Amino acid sequence: MSNKDDRPDMKRREFIGKTVLAAGAASVAPGVLLTVAKAGGESRGVSSDVRYGLLIDTNKCADDCTACVDACNRENGIDLVERPKGQSDDDWNAQRPQWIRKVQLKDKQTGEITNLPMMCQHCEFPPCVDVCPTGASFKRADGIVMVDRHTCIGCRYCMMACPYKARSFIHQNVAQQLVNAPRGKGCVESCNLCVHRIDAGDMTTACQEACEKDGHQAIVFGDLKDPDSKLAKLLKTKSSRQIRADLELNTGVRYTNV
Amino acid sequence: MPRSTGIKRFAGMLMAGLFATLATSAQSDSVVTPGSKAAGMDTCVAPTAEMRRYHMEYLKHDRVETVRQGVRGLKNSLADCVDCHAAKDGNGGYLSINADGQFCDRCHNYMAVTLACFQCHRKTPADQDASSAKTSTGNQGHAFGLLLDRGESAALTAEERAQFQALVREE
Ligand code: SF4
Ligand code: SF4
Repeated sequence: MSNKDDRPDMKRREFIGKTVLAAGAASVAPGVLLTVAKAGGESRGVSSDVRYGLLIDTNKCADDCTACVDACNRENGIDLVERPKGQSDDDWNAQRPQWIRKVQLKDKQTGEITNLPMMCQHCEFPPCVDVCPTGASFKRADGIVMVDRHTCIGCRYCMMACPYKARSFIHQNVAQQLVNAPRGKGCVESCNLCVHRIDAGDMTTACQEACEKDGHQAIVFGDLKDPDSKLAKLLKTKSSRQIRADLELNTGVRYTNV
Repeated sequence: MPRSTGIKRFAGMLMAGLFATLATSAQSDSVVTPGSKAAGMDTCVAPTAEMRRYHMEYLKHDRVETVRQGVRGLKNSLADCVDCHAAKDGNGGYLSINADGQFCDRCHNYMAVTLACFQCHRKTPADQDASSAKTSTGNQGHAFGLLLDRGESAALTAEERAQFQALVREE
């Protein structure tokens, strides 16, 4: 079968996925632990009825504002990562973990500057998942792409495969972590759309919240599959773009006015 | 044909020996850290004997559910271990749960087991707010801690022994 574009054969994937699911369902081995929820504690699994994503209006993103980046660093304990003694500015800036960064585009003819807050684009067909040799890089049923650090071996294939430079590697031991953001030497990480908030039923990300608080409202988080969500409505009425749409990864993060 | 190889039999004996050592004499005091939240509660999420043997299995199982399937608030959570078992440092803060002589370290050190959880996970309770205070619901009367409490029988019950032997034989 000839395949003209780069896109993987989805039929085959679907088939394999289903087969694996069926095999899994049929073989609940003796001694398998069942999930027990704490009394009164919530227990809610992810579902593929939703797909989370972001819409970023680059027109509203202000030049000198770093509210989203700062909020992300605080929310995910990235600001707790210390700079190794004696490391140069260049090395530190190149190596420190970064889940969201601001990319500036400049039109060479007109000089117009566009701000793109960039983070993991939560691809529907994520190359980072394709290349991961251990299965640590994975996509949740609700579309969030993340790293399971328990299985990540730190090979960094995913960093090479990601077209958006979205992933960071932790080079040093980390002394302090937040409960919601475990982090340690030797693993790769990237934006997880504040997954701890989503699992707790909160429908905002730290970046969206911060941007809104600063009065810019450039970031909208929501469920792409829910036609009534603010996100879906905006996508329907405004013309938006995927960055590098030519790769056909069907990103969950979209941009307007690029 | 049940035929255990030499190495398996040796491993079995070694394990049995370790547990016997743990269960008797030398350290029959509870290792629940005085002043930790656990010290004021009467039961862990499972009976002590069970926690002692299977806590890592429980944690491993629930971590997969949480990370992969987004199921939160499960019965077995490392953050909850830390919340209950970390000792106060006397200055309003907490000591790391894996620091020398602290709850995790005491046993793992004794058993020569390297503990990797806290390379990534937070070692002290998060700043507590009212909502995170959990009350004990169990009434089985099992004491907290990995080791036996004073007065608790050191021997395994017949049922426990059979279970344990089956486990050793299996693999
Ligand atoms: S943006 Fe990069 S890290 Fe995120 S899903 Fe796509 S390939 Fe993976
Ligand atoms: S660094 Fe970790 S997540 Fe990335 S490809 Fe290697 S094992 Fe997978």
